[in-house]
Amino acid sequence: MKILKTLAGAVAMAGLMAGSAVAADMTVGFSQIGSESGWRAAETTLTREQAEKRGIDLKFADAQQKQENQIKAIRSFIAQGVDAILLAPVVATGWDQVLEEAKDAEIPVVLLDRQVDSSDDLYLTAVGSDLEHEGEVAGQWLVDNVGDKDCNVVELQGTTGSSPAIKRKAGFEKAIAGHDNIEIVRSQTGDFTRTKGKEVMESFLKAENGGKDICALYAHNDDMAVGAIQAIKEAGLKPGSDILVVSIDAVPDIFLAMAAGEANATVELTPNMAGPAFDALEAYKKDGTMPPKFIQTESKLFTQSDDPKAVYEEKKNQGY
Amino acid sequence: MTMPATLKRVLPQLIALLVILALNTAIAPGFLDIAYANGRLYGSLIDILNRGAPVALLAIGMTLVIATRGIDLSVGAVMAICGAVAAALITSDHSLPATILMTLGVGILCGLWNGALVAFLGIQPIIATLILMVAGRGIAQLITEGVILTFNVPGLIFVGSGSVFGLPFPVILWVVLGIAATLIFRTTALGLLVEAIGINRRASALAGIGTSALLLAVYAASGLCAAVAGIVAAADIRGADANNAGLWLELDAILAVVVGGNSLMGGRFSIAGSLIGAMIIQSVNTGILLAGFPPEFNLVIKAAIIVVILVVQSPASHTLFAFVKNRPGRTIGAPTPAAKTKEEAAR
Amino acid sequence: MARSEPLLRAEGVTKEFFGVTALSNVDFELAAGEIHALVGENGAGKSTLIKILTGAYRRDRGKITLEGEPVDPADVKDAQKLGIGTVYQEVNLLPNLTVAENLFLGREPKRFGLTSHREANRRSREILSQYGLDIDVTAVLATYSVAVRQIVAIARAVDLSGKVLILDEPTASLDAAEVTRLFAILEGLKARGLGIVFITHFFDQVYRIADRVTILRNGQKVATRPIEGLERLELVSMMLGRELKEQEAHAAEPVDYSRKPVIASFQGIGKRGRIAPFDLTMHAGEVVGVAGLLGSGRTETAELMFGIAQPDEGRISVDGSPVSFSSPREAIRHGFGFCPEDRKLDGIVEDLSVRENVILALQARRGWAKPLSRKEQEEIADRYIAALDIRTSDREKPIKFLSGGNQQKVILARWLATDPRLLILDEPTRGIDVGAHAEIIRLIGELRERGMSLLVISSELEELVAYATRVRVLADRRHTGELEAGAITPDTIMRAIAAGEDETPGDRGGQGRATEIMAEGAA
Repeated sequence: MKILKTLAGAVAMAGLMAGSAVAADMTVGFSQIGSESGWRAAETTLTREQAEKRGIDLKFADAQQKQENQIKAIRSFIAQGVDAILLAPVVATGWDQVLEEAKDAEIPVVLLDRQVDSSDDLYLTAVGSDLEHEGEVAGQWLVDNVGDKDCNVVELQGTTGSSPAIKRKAGFEKAIAGHDNIEIVRSQTGDFTRTKGKEVMESFLKAENGGKDICALYAHNDDMAVGAIQAIKEAGLKPGSDILVVSIDAVPDIFLAMAAGEANATVELTPNMAGPAFDALEAYKKDGTMPPKFIQTESKLFTQSDDPKAVYEEKKNQGY
Repeated sequence: MTMPATLKRVLPQLIALLVILALNTAIAPGFLDIAYANGRLYGSLIDILNRGAPVALLAIGMTLVIATRGIDLSVGAVMAICGAVAAALITSDHSLPATILMTLGVGILCGLWNGALVAFLGIQPIIATLILMVAGRGIAQLITEGVILTFNVPGLIFVGSGSVFGLPFPVILWVVLGIAATLIFRTTALGLLVEAIGINRRASALAGIGTSALLLAVYAASGLCAAVAGIVAAADIRGADANNAGLWLELDAILAVVVGGNSLMGGRFSIAGSLIGAMIIQSVNTGILLAGFPPEFNLVIKAAIIVVILVVQSPASHTLFAFVKNRPGRTIGAPTPAAKTKEEAAR
Repeated sequence: MARSEPLLRAEGVTKEFFGVTALSNVDFELAAGEIHALVGENGAGKSTLIKILTGAYRRDRGKITLEGEPVDPADVKDAQKLGIGTVYQEVNLLPNLTVAENLFLGREPKRFGLTSHREANRRSREILSQYGLDIDVTAVLATYSVAVRQIVAIARAVDLSGKVLILDEPTASLDAAEVTRLFAILEGLKARGLGIVFITHFFDQVYRIADRVTILRNGQKVATRPIEGLERLELVSMMLGRELKEQEAHAAEPVDYSRKPVIASFQGIGKRGRIAPFDLTMHAGEVVGVAGLLGSGRTETAELMFGIAQPDEGRISVDGSPVSFSSPREAIRHGFGFCPEDRKLDGIVEDLSVRENVILALQARRGWAKPLSRKEQEEIADRYIAALDIRTSDREKPIKFLSGGNQQKVILARWLATDPRLLILDEPTRGIDVGAHAEIIRLIGELRERGMSLLVISSELEELVAYATRVRVLADRRHTGELEAGAITPDTIMRAIAAGEDETPGDRGGQGRATEIMAEGAA
């Protein structure tokens, strides 16, 4: 069912973009971590779409959260003599040997989404988002929107100690630094889940005068924001107007909320890591252009004025 | 079971709960405020009752399983499965009653699976239920196809966030289910028979108790409670989150049973104690959230409070209290037997 | 014994556990180059004695000398250093290590400070060759049979200790050929001058291998005798504590069973490896006593009759209609009751009150949906507390706080409350005080007069004489005979047991016996 949808989407895309497809016949192996989240599933979908569109033969391997499976997959890609390898590494360490093998076989490796601790001459480039920058974009949106008004912000953090939670918090704080009218009054972890987002938001509302003292919510991901929006509604307030809601990830459900006026803005963590990766690979294959060692994807801001309904329709078939 | 005896049994838990609530009031001044608006009650106390619902529901079944000297590690995963089943059914246009009935059926099936492994194959409960704990989340993901399966059916949403007589519906659910379970087990002989097999399964079988059937029934009851909890959790966020629904809640449920004064060694049990235990745990959670400490401290504070509660409830400290209480006017050395009788009497 | 000084001597050894005397003033001697059998019924004190000799328990009183020197082993390791090694029935080796590692565990040969496997393997092969064992010592122990493991354990014990070897039920799980092999090894060790203590329940083995035998009963030494010239009957009588003398015949009149209604009939029921097929017809108003030594199949007989184990042949009928019991539940439904031998493990539900323990079987039979009201429960409990004179301060007291005799009465009350037609009692008077003992015997008589059918298993011969209207005699997992009323005296029972034991067929091993012996170890 889902595969059918994906195929339909891919075919449509391919048709639209046929003009820009590069004829070069390239075979690329893609070692994906797994499908632990909707975003991950969307990344897989978009990688397949991008490959289709460019006429790239994509060999896909799902590692089911295991590094040993990824290493096996890479070795088999090398043995099959692919032209390049995409790797979304499940952990940061332990890649030296297999990357060395790929290098010896003169197969360029592009890292997707996550980094590794290996020397950077072992891979061609890494494509990823800047977590701190995402927080900064969200913070900047708030700064731009509240103007000089006083604004008490409550923050729903990601899982305590995780790198997205630390960096998205830091980026947001950087953006609001110097704007004394904006203050984070409460900050708690919502474990990146809807349930905890809702529960923690309920306690924020109780602690801050039934929510009347809260001007904005910043959630480290959309799922927590979706949960929190329900808590705000159940407390008799209007999310999106009584309390501004800004979050990160741009998963489809937040666009539904935006379309309903209940969420204000989200920063996209694009699942299209493959696009820039294929661009770099094609340039490298064509005339040996060396890409920079880190290609940062765009952290695009979506607001209610970006036709959220349409974005939702577009995203909902990407496997989120 | 006279009322005062039941009350006496859960008195330490009630005191612990009151102490935690008092602490919360000290931390958050508006803690005890309850307001009425839009046809329902609002306030932190209501939040505790409401947010504690999944653990309270699980604790009902877990109490029974633990009374048979078993344990059910799969309840969190069963919640995820049942949430997923409910969401999948309701989004494929099944009626609300059909959805609920089928979901409860799935929960009972999960419980029967566990019970069969324990009763007929003789697998240790911790291992038998570990199987579904590990596999269950995978099954739930297969049902939701890896996404958060959202729904917007008012009837189902009502289970999670509707209210009756001003109280959130999940609160009504766990209170009613708790009372029903207590009535079923205490007005029939089930309670006694369950306690007997928890204390000495061999002797119970020799006395003619159908131990296998009872074990099956108890695990099925746990599965049923997990199914209700799963529906509540999914209805609460209007979506089935296979990855996170009920995650680690089996441990909170076991903790609630233990904090409720029940022994992991099986035997005597009190569902009321476990429910109060669940409320104690949720009061701690809510208190931490209201306190506004940095989240890094959450787990440490929670652990510290639970350790204190368990230490205060332990038989060793009862002996110590009795010792201190009995000291005046007694010779040294004499208090120990006195303390022991006291402890025996308290059982 | 002509030897000047025995190798090992224990004098006046006494041990109490929480006020219960397990061993009272026991003397024991072991000569070098001697195989000394230690026999006695369950609870006689065999295990306690060897645990004291090997340092696992500390004695309360008494003296132990080894080669004339007083010794006081603080623990098992200490005893080994002194020269006393033990091999338990449950071989105390690690099955997941290699043979060589097991032999040298804790004392691995070192080379440059590191364990030298090669050296350990070489020496292991050397040691085992003395026992005629040529096996791959680098293989994991678990790959070998119990017999080989037993030999490895003996080799380790001898190599570690070298003077005294104590074997606790070494043949329990061996077949006949393995036993022969083991005995050859023991003869070899004996020739090397070791003193060997050998605990067993098998008489033929005592006669085959032992030089002397010491009999223990109820924690006391009955006698130490050379095996030469010792009659089996005398050995049995010493174990069971009966002097060989004329006893007045049983008072009860011979019963005309044909006039008593048949309650249940068991035709040719048996289970391989546990009990040979037997016939037994239970009439109303009779007490069938079951006599036999430990491991003779007494409990196995009861288990088949009560549905705890299922017979693999034979027929059971109740009131003339055929039945089959897949569980005790079904036997209970037909009006059966069973007081198990191991009261603590199989009888009482410790944390439940006296009241709840009394009504348990009745409630289980009624089903969960038909609870006895609190008032009915209290009435039933009070009735039996009074009738059986159960000493408890309160019917709500957890049964675990009652004495053994009172616990036994509660279990009896549990069955009486179900108003059974056939009641099976397995060692109903074991480990209970004298007063309760007499009452239970009186009660058995009363129940018979009321028309109940009883099957009573007991090691106490006077007891059987007192209440049995006939006695089934078991030996070696077979029903070997029956004594009719009028012919029942301790003597006749004992002779029947000894006669049964004499006709010993080959294979003595079997799982049933092993479990029974293990239960003894746990007790």
